[in-house]
Amino acid sequence: MGPLVVNEIISDNTNLLLAFFIGIAFGFVLEQGGFSSSRKLAGVFYGYDTVVLKVFFTGAVTAALGLLFFSLFGWIDLSFVYVNETFLHSAILGGVIMGVGFIMGGYCPGTSFCGAAIGKIDAMVFIVGLFIGVFLFAEGYPLYEKLYKAGYMGSPRISEFFGITEGLFTLLMIIAAVLMFWGAEWAEKKFPREEY
Amino acid sequence: MSEHKKRSYMNPYLAGVLLGVVVLAANFISGRSVGSSGAVKSAIVAGVETIAPSHAENALFYKEYLSGHKGNPLNSWLVYEMLGVIIGGFLSGVISRRLTWKVEHSPKIKSRTRLIFALAGGILFGIGSQFGRGCTSGSALSGMAVLSLGGFISMISIFGTAFIFAYFFRKLWI
Repeated sequence: MGPLVVNEIISDNTNLLLAFFIGIAFGFVLEQGGFSSSRKLAGVFYGYDTVVLKVFFTGAVTAALGLLFFSLFGWIDLSFVYVNETFLHSAILGGVIMGVGFIMGGYCPGTSFCGAAIGKIDAMVFIVGLFIGVFLFAEGYPLYEKLYKAGYMGSPRISEFFGITEGLFTLLMIIAAVLMFWGAEWAEKKFPREEY
Repeated sequence: MSEHKKRSYMNPYLAGVLLGVVVLAANFISGRSVGSSGAVKSAIVAGVETIAPSHAENALFYKEYLSGHKGNPLNSWLVYEMLGVIIGGFLSGVISRRLTWKVEHSPKIKSRTRLIFALAGGILFGIGSQFGRGCTSGSALSGMAVLSLGGFISMISIFGTAFIFAYFFRKLWI
């Protein structure tokens, strides 16, 4: 049955319309969760507010578990679901640059649009920076094209990489998430919070 | 009462489950999941194509993008999704009474300092998201949902680096 667009149950144009509604739900949940506030987002790196960790990992675990059950019930063919390609070198380099951008800017791209939507001026300035950054990357691209395409590994799943089943890996991920939530609750009690 | 209402966010675990349902729905409907930086990339390509068409034809980055995508770069899944994000965030802000013009920062710094760092952080995130082929949503969250190795690498390097550098930028936040 699923993915609906791949199996031609819905048309490409309907898919784009539904992307818009998926976006509305995504933006709504991010804002309700507190992701429109840069100080809440940055809080996870100091322990005073760990909402990022809780929402992010609960989301990842729910989606991963949901996909496995959908597959088990025959509702979705996982071989038609897009799995990101892994280019080892640029994935790590990109992640490191994004990490510095995160702690300096207080937002990531999705959350900055969410913050801007409710009037956060720092989020709007962050978005201006995003456009400048992508443009700079595009203009300088020939300089690091080789690096960008190095370390290609295909589209491996992490479970294949470790040689275990998807179900077992997801179980381990759930256990890791619960341990992190426990640590997060502890950190929020230990470090002072203020209203912002 | 209204003050209390303005402050209260959703329970983070409930918000997380709902976020997971959004990612699940995207995969079920479209065979892909949410992202953000890709929409910025589409907008940049569309902008350069309009303002400097000969540059877009010749410069490698735009050439590679346009050879892999048919039609207008703005007519893409991520662009429609991100328009939705703006509307969804706004609706949530209306319902929870959080619409306000504000620069958020630690009381120890001025708004101007915050905005300079927001710009710098945005530039870095823009560059990093291109190297990483996606940001916290497109690469990390969506990648982890489908157990992509790349998604986990992105998540660990983004959050790990931010933890390591947090000490140096603490005055911005605490």
